[in-house]
Amino acid sequence: MYGVVIAMIPALIVSIYFFGLGAVKVILISVIACLFFEWAIQKFLIKGKSTIGDGSAMITGVLLAFNVPSNLPIGIIIIGAFVSIAIAKMSFGGLGKNPFNPALVGRVFLLISFPVQMTSWPIPKPLFSSVVTDAITGPTPLGIVKEGLKSGETVSNIMSQVPTYAEGIIGGIGGSLGEVSVIALLIGAIYMFIKKIITWEIPVAFIGSVVIFTGILYLINPEMYISPIFHLVTGGLALGVFFMATDMVTSPMSSKGMLIFGLGAGVITVIIRVWGAYPEGVSFAILIMNAFVPLINKGFKPARFGKI
Amino acid sequence: MKQWQNFSKGFFKENAVFVMLLGMCPTLAVTNSAINGLGMGLATTFVLMMSNIVISLIKNLIPNKVRIPTFIVVIAAFVTVVDLVMAGYAPALHEQLGIFIPLIVVNCVVLGRAEAFASKNNVVSSFFDGLGMGLGFAMALTMLGAIREMLGNYSIFGWKFINHDGILVFILSPGAFIALGFLIAFVNKVTKKV
Repeated sequence: MYGVVIAMIPALIVSIYFFGLGAVKVILISVIACLFFEWAIQKFLIKGKSTIGDGSAMITGVLLAFNVPSNLPIGIIIIGAFVSIAIAKMSFGGLGKNPFNPALVGRVFLLISFPVQMTSWPIPKPLFSSVVTDAITGPTPLGIVKEGLKSGETVSNIMSQVPTYAEGIIGGIGGSLGEVSVIALLIGAIYMFIKKIITWEIPVAFIGSVVIFTGILYLINPEMYISPIFHLVTGGLALGVFFMATDMVTSPMSSKGMLIFGLGAGVITVIIRVWGAYPEGVSFAILIMNAFVPLINKGFKPARFGKI
Repeated sequence: MKQWQNFSKGFFKENAVFVMLLGMCPTLAVTNSAINGLGMGLATTFVLMMSNIVISLIKNLIPNKVRIPTFIVVIAAFVTVVDLVMAGYAPALHEQLGIFIPLIVVNCVVLGRAEAFASKNNVVSSFFDGLGMGLGFAMALTMLGAIREMLGNYSIFGWKFINHDGILVFILSPGAFIALGFLIAFVNKVTKKV
């Protein structure tokens, strides 16, 4: 499990570079709280051997921190960590038995419970820069697009207000800790591919379906729907695709099942982003598809060991 | 002694919400505050008690084939009474509970007790059964409502103990499922069902 932690280090460094001490604080509190709840529940409620060393609580902690803004109050982070570990994971029996991705459950819980704090994104400012804009917050690029389209502006009008594609790829767009830089996430993803921690099916199906679906919409009317590239480089798509949809506990077992899982998650993401009430839909899409995993596993069983 | 058993089994041993999982619609829908839970519970208690009495009185007159429609008619009569009384004397609560007061008619707790108990037992037993079951239901709804209100709004029976916005999800329907799940687990643990 520590391979995933190593893969998250580039994104971690980038988030600290852009959000400074706020990011360090959020990540530390989230990880410590997750480890503590895991230890306490395992010791006092389940009364089993300590599972704190398997690394999964640490991954949940970092992923939860990646999914929240850097100025989140400490109390809310601890509530999120509690929901992730206690409700989403340990109440089902611990690692390997949880049907939903713990960090995503924590994030969605916080998003619904604290809509104001969870959507005031601090504007990223590189470390050591002279700009002193500590308290300034702004919407995410997807939020700008959603608001703009709602008030009847055309896409070309909106595109002048949002960061360029390059900014989205290298880093510096407004958003949660982990989604500021696609390239840092990609480096981590390549590491996980090389180490064979994740397989190609879910990322390819997920990204492919997002690109195809938004591409069709873009071709129908480029003034109403934003381009597929914009969907790829903004928001938590890369974070969700590589680090959360591929979670081995909550994704299907067979390769066909994984393709269906990725396809469904991609389609739901686009539906929520384009027509839904929230600007971002990756977390909801992955959670919804998590609920389908037992059904998918039933339909597409992996081949029995030794069977030709 | 037998009447005491009829009365007390509704609280934990055969509690409609915690043990039999009946009447989930009002349980999940109206318990976003302790007052709402209590109001809904007491309204259901009244209906349950009165319908049990009437049905046990007329049980020998009802032809077996039309017994369910007859039960529904009797229950609907008392629900109408509750609905109008509440609209007259507690309009604020009536506004809050809304459609769920008329929906007591199809509450499976009420119909279940009529079918399973009142149509087979005498008036006194049925009265105590209805009262106990109803109060047990009211207790469960109030507990759930209190927990959701405490977490979701940091207040209890309208009295705010932390002047801050609560964990909003507990006021919404997902919070009802989460809170009910943990409450059932807790009650099972306490009553040594597991």
